[in-house]
Amino acid sequence: MVLNKDEMRIEKEQDVVPFRSRVKEFAVKIGMGLVNQTKLITAASELVRNMLKYGGGGIVVIEAITEGRDNGIRLTFKDKGPGIKDIQLAMKDGFTTGKSLGVGLPGAKRLVNVFDIKSIVGEGTTVSIIKWKNG
Amino acid sequence: MGHFLLVTIQIDLYDRLATNLESDLVQMVNKTGARGVLIDISALSIVDSFMGRILGNIGSMSKIMDAETVVVGMQPAVAITLIELGLELKGVHTALNVEKGMELLKAKIGSYGEELTEDEDGTE
Repeated sequence: MVLNKDEMRIEKEQDVVPFRSRVKEFAVKIGMGLVNQTKLITAASELVRNMLKYGGGGIVVIEAITEGRDNGIRLTFKDKGPGIKDIQLAMKDGFTTGKSLGVGLPGAKRLVNVFDIKSIVGEGTTVSIIKWKNG
Repeated sequence: MGHFLLVTIQIDLYDRLATNLESDLVQMVNKTGARGVLIDISALSIVDSFMGRILGNIGSMSKIMDAETVVVGMQPAVAITLIELGLELKGVHTALNVEKGMELLKAKIGSYGEELTEDEDGTE
């Protein structure tokens, strides 16, 4: 069940810091602890950066959700970029097509509880993550 | 003993600012002949792979220019997250706070100074 929802358009690198602040607001509102907040925001930062770099920007949906007794934050990153040809390869530690360190996708996955990625070449990529308040 | 550059990052930097910091710092090392760079990141609420790379770059570049880099004041939650993310912050030393960082820099530069004298003795 969705408790609260917001949507942000990410088009330039200057959008990253306000986006991170918005995610933090959502996390604080459900009472998420500092360590989990930091993990969530760091994962969000990696994914939003990927979206800018490879997908040419896009939209992020920020949701406070509840499932049973657990509250959490769900972030969905949607871009209409070129898509990822080999997701398995992109999820591998140290793999990069850019000049980065190649920790973005696999690192972000380690920081959250649910990580889901779907990509269609030529249409775009959607990444969805959930961090539970006590997860 | 050479002098140190002290940098306090006070806000979450967006990418362009972080890249500027990198080049400004390296230029300052060159201009001032500083032997040590101390970067206080206690105000940073997150360090992602981009910021990690910037810190690593500053360390490597300064090293080439004969200066040591110490990053101080990392928040515990940031440290936990960095390790899970898989970032090692290669090329930079870390210390708990500014005071400890200064001690570390002094020790590093002191010992390099000695090594340097020994080398000179050997070649002459």
